[in-house]
This record gives sequence, structure tokens and C-alpha cells, in this order.
Amino acid sequence: MQKKISKLPFKGTPEQAAALQKVIDANKHDPSRLMGVMQEAQGIYGYLPVEVQDMIAEGMNVPLEKVYGVATFYAQFALSPKGEYDISVCLGTACYVKGAGDVFDKLKELLGIDADECTADGKYSLSACRCIGACGLAPVLTVNSDVYGNLTADDVPGILEKYGK
Amino acid sequence: MEMVNVKVNGIAVSVPKGSTILEAARQAGVEIPTLCYLKDINEIGACRICVVEATGARGLVTACVYPVAEGMEIQTNTARVQKARKTTLELILSTHEKKCLSCERSTNCELQKMCKDYGVEDSGKYDGDRPVYELDKSTAHLVRDNNKCILCRRCVAVCRQQYVSVIGANDRGIDTHIACAFDKPLGDVPCVSCGQCVAVCPTGALVDTDSTTPVWEALADPTKHVVVSTAPSIRATLGEAFGMPIGTNVEGKMVAALRRLGFAKVFDTDFAADLTIVEEANEFVQRVQNKGVLPMITSCSPGWVKFAEYYYPDQLDHLSSCKSPQQMCGAVIKTYYAQKMGIDPKDIVNVSVMPCTAKKFECGRDDQNAAGVADIDHVITTRELARMIDRAGIKFDLLPDEEFDAPLGDDTGAAVIFGATGGVMEAALRTANDWLTEKDNKDVEFHEVRGTDGLKEATYNIAGMEVKVAVASGIANANYIMDQIKSGTAPWHFVEIMCCPGGCVNGGGQPIQPASVRNFTDLKALRAKALYDQDEAMTLRKSHESPVIKKLYEEFFDDGIGGHKAHHCLHTTYVARKKFK
Repeated sequence: MQKKISKLPFKGTPEQAAALQKVIDANKHDPSRLMGVMQEAQGIYGYLPVEVQDMIAEGMNVPLEKVYGVATFYAQFALSPKGEYDISVCLGTACYVKGAGDVFDKLKELLGIDADECTADGKYSLSACRCIGACGLAPVLTVNSDVYGNLTADDVPGILEKYGK
Repeated sequence: MEMVNVKVNGIAVSVPKGSTILEAARQAGVEIPTLCYLKDINEIGACRICVVEATGARGLVTACVYPVAEGMEIQTNTARVQKARKTTLELILSTHEKKCLSCERSTNCELQKMCKDYGVEDSGKYDGDRPVYELDKSTAHLVRDNNKCILCRRCVAVCRQQYVSVIGANDRGIDTHIACAFDKPLGDVPCVSCGQCVAVCPTGALVDTDSTTPVWEALADPTKHVVVSTAPSIRATLGEAFGMPIGTNVEGKMVAALRRLGFAKVFDTDFAADLTIVEEANEFVQRVQNKGVLPMITSCSPGWVKFAEYYYPDQLDHLSSCKSPQQMCGAVIKTYYAQKMGIDPKDIVNVSVMPCTAKKFECGRDDQNAAGVADIDHVITTRELARMIDRAGIKFDLLPDEEFDAPLGDDTGAAVIFGATGGVMEAALRTANDWLTEKDNKDVEFHEVRGTDGLKEATYNIAGMEVKVAVASGIANANYIMDQIKSGTAPWHFVEIMCCPGGCVNGGGQPIQPASVRNFTDLKALRAKALYDQDEAMTLRKSHESPVIKKLYEEFFDDGIGGHKAHHCLHTTYVARKKFK
């Protein structure tokens, strides 16, 4: 699947920019450190929007397209911000056959966003993940580090309620 | 040189150590098919079409990058090799949009030829997910159709070699596609429009923006006076599109073909190259005498100009204010010629045949309308002209040689060599030398600035003044020059920069030669030779001696070279461009 690019406005702070600049300055002598810099940037911002990739490209003196190529090749790089509550539904085999697809669809419906997107208020983000090793509880989802198991689509509103929805 | 002895299909050859299997096979007279490999540009061994059997190797190896070893025995055509190549082709075809009938590259498509050679049809064996892409038509010069892309990455590699790097592989697996950062359209990123990507594409994934349709329409419109002019390098390359040897000068047949296509006048952009030289040499002398901004850099190459506008927006005062020969040509046709013939410039359609895709962008720039209408209306590449000749049923090889039309048909040797890297510099030096020494110098050849090297430097003593010059072709070399200018360490007075490696003879709009030719032929040198040979055979070899130019200043630009009238018509300005929209 092609990665989706977030349309939410960039809300980077000068502190974040300074932190990223520090990382770039420590690595810019060696273009092969691009991926490490991108990882740290994602640590700072939570995702890699065009503004951040542009800073990396300029700072590391590599083409922006190269940064973007790397960002879209590796699953761990995100082009969309993570919400205050990051919801991740396991779509591994066990969860999937036990109905994780329906759970996922219900979340999309209630949050009004698609996979790998974040709500406009920055509160919730949604993604699918592969097996998290809790097949006995299938289907499973996580909200930040909270784990919920043995779910049906009907459980979804109750879970969201706990996080202010 | 240490040599290595190998056998290719039983044929013994001795090749330099470090040679690839592909090179050794070539020496044995054996061609190994390739798709992704382009010598010195894309050497990644990715497509696996060139696989062969070699002793000492475990599986099949990619001939394009695998070095030979002493005693190696190579088999390039066994049943196992053929089976592997067929499977690879079938897999490539499974996601390739097979609309071959009117594909611009049909009969000149490397994938099509290979499928024919290996008897591969679309068997449906690997049918499955196939992403569908919209065409990228966001630029003036090319169309990207990723549905026909085979992900060989030749375009990506040549763009990187050009120091532009605006395209690359995005996403992964079945979704991998060649595009720009954040999948922006090509028109929104700092692409310089050089078209080298089009020239190296093995399939129809990258083609020129079609300008032949409006030209056919203009030719069919009786109310229009349709005039064509051809750049210096077209005569050196057009023949290739009709199977002639690389480096055949087809000036006479080209003129005949254009006349048969129905153009009212067939002019030679070369006259405008001469005009560029007198204006540019004058500007240079002025800058030297008035302590203007130096080094002065040529502005003939629109890809280079666009690069400077994107990447060195604070250095644009180094560029000569002269319009390019194409735009000067258009301006003179719609002012001087229109006036002379009593034709309203609005009724003239100026068509320009160019080796260059960036010219399609250039003709739409602001400030290129001396007569109040666009100087140039349509730009067709050498490839597009060849297509028009084909469609018109003109048997190119049977054409007689004909001459360009007056009053804008005569040129000098100085203009002819514009098509090769170093040509503009040499032409300018011929004129500047005569002017500064105030005599008619007989020695007109400046060999130091000739040749296909990407970067050439020389120092000449002209009338007691030491003139340091540099000639760069290919944007990577331009970048080297600009970095020095920006840091204030540039020693030169005058610099020629051409966007494409080797200059216009290797322009992005020239006839496409398949990798099987490019990998073993010095296209740039062979094509340039045709131009230098023509120059050598000419009587008039200095731009300022051109009778057309003399007449132009007598009859039209009557306040002289660099005068007010010339300035209005023949000079332009540049703009700082934002890299990403």
C-alpha cells in the first residue's frame, strides 16, 4: 500500500527544530547516517512531514526525494502524526480470522479517519499492525500501551469512551 | 595492463582485468541483452535480464556488473539462461501496460524487442495486483506514464548524475513507483527539464510532451505563415532516426524534408547562434571594460538557466542577458522578417526543431515576446521531427540535398559548433579575439575547449589580456563551477555551461539510442565530429563575418550591437525560483 501523506497542518515548535538541528549537525558529515537522523527526527516530531524531511534533506545535503524514498520504503517511518491516543489494531492471522477487520472498520467509522491517519484535533490516530504475540486474546487492539482483547465491533464505543470520545 | 583470458560461448578472448562479463562478451562478438544497465550511469545489476552461466559462480550471474576472472568460461545462451530471461520478462510484463500499438516507443522499445527475441507474450501467468497510475503531465516538456515503467531506474540514475535528483523510487513492493518527493507532480519540484530521463528510458514510460499535433494543425491552416528553424545539432543527429550511422550530417536532406512537410520557410537557427555570439561577445567586452560582474556565463542552455534559477538564485547576475539562439531566432522572425515580408507577426507560427526538451519550457518563459506575441510558438524535438517525417511518408534517405531559405539561412562555422560542448566558447573567442586585437585573425581554432570532457579550462592571451575560460557540460559540472563562483574563488572571466553532458548533440530531445548502442559507443564524440567537420570545411567561421548578421544590424538593429533595439529584442531577464511548490 502506498503511504498516505497527512494533510494536517505542521505544528512543530522551535524547541523541536533546535533538537533536530542538533542531530543533523552531529551527522551531516556522513550522508550514510540519513536513516538514523530520520529515526531521531521521528522521535522528536512523532512523524516525518514535508517540513521535517526538508530540514533533513537540506541539513544532510541529500535530495528531498531520497529522504522521501527512504521514508516510504520502511514501514516504521510515519508520514502522518500520532494522536494523543494511538490506536493500533492487530490484523495478524489469528486476530483477523476472529474478526479484527470488523473492529478496525468500526474504529474508522467512529473516528472518521482511515488507516494511518490522525483526527484533526490531534487526539486519535489509527493504524493496523501485525501480530503482537497475544493471539490467545484475539482479536486485540492497543491504545498507547493499554491492551484490549477478545473484542467484537460492539466493544469499540466503550473503549473509545475511556479516552474521552 | 593486466589481462584476463576467458571464453564466451567457447570463443577465447583476452580482456583487461576488471572487465565485466558484458564487456568480454562484446569483445567476443556476443551481445547479452540488458535492461537496467547503462554504462557509467546505472550499474546496479537489478533487472536480471543479462544473467549468464559462468564457471566459478554458484547461480546465474548478472553479466553487466560481474567481473571476469582468469579462465572463466561463460555461456550466454543456454536453455537455463533463456528460461530465466523469459521468466523475468513475463514478470515485468505482468505489471506493464501493453498499449503498444501507437506507443511512441513502439519499434524503438527495448522491452518490446526483448519480448520479440524471446517469444514472450502476455501469458497471464502472473496476473494479479497491478497498480494504476495517472499520467504526470505537469511539465512543459515530458509525460510520465508509470503504467509503462519497468523500474529499471535509468531515469533516476541519470537525474542523479545531472545533480538534480528530483525523481526516485517511492514506496515498496508492488507499489514501488518512480516519482518525486511527497509524490508531487514533476512541475512542482526543481526539475530542470533537461530530458535526459526521456533519452535513457527503455520503454514508453517517459516521452516528450507532444508538440507535433499543434504543428500539424498550423500547417493545415491556410491563414497561418508557418516557419521552421533548426538548431545546430539537429543536422548531426536526425539521420540516426532513419538508420543512418551516428555522426552523419544530414543538413541538406533535413531542409528538404521540412520543405516537403509544408513549412513556408525553412530557416537555420544557426544565424541566431551567430547573433547570440556578437551580442554575447559584446556584453563580455563591456563587462570587462566596465568592471561588470565576472565571470560571465552563457545563457543558451535553458536547462542550465533553470538550474541556476532554482539552485543559485543569488548568482543570476553572472548569466549573460542574451536570449538563447532559439528565442533570438523567434524574435527576429517575428520582428525583422515579419516587417520585411509585410506579414502580421500574429499570423506567423514559429516552429523550432530542437535537440532539447527544456526548449519546450523556454518558449513559454516570460519576457520572450519581442513582437508582442510569443517569439517561438512550438518546439519539437529531433525525435518529434523524425515522427512527422515518417507520418508524412517522406523517404528521408531518398531526399535531395536542399539549402536553407533566405534571409535567415546563412550561417558560419562558429554557429555550427554551438551544438557541441565548448562550441559556444570557441565561437565567442573567435569574435572576441578579432575585436580585441582589431584584426582578422587566421587561426580560429581553440582546441583546449573542444572534446567531450565535462569540464575544460584554458587561459588565452588576447590583446595583452589574460582571459581565463571554463567550459562545463552536465549539471554536476555546472554545480562545481557555481560553488566556486559563490565562494568567490572562481578564477575565470568567461564560462560556458551546457545542461546536458557533451552539449546539445547529447541533448534530451535527440534520437533515442538503445542501451546496446549507448553502452559501447561514444555518442557525444561521434555526433560532435559531424559539426566540427562542417565548421572546418566552411569559409566563414566567425559569427561577426556572417552576411546575415551584417545585414540585420544594417537594416534592423541600426543602433548597433548591444544597442537599444537589439536589447529590446534579443535580451532577457531571469527569475529566482522556489524549489518546491
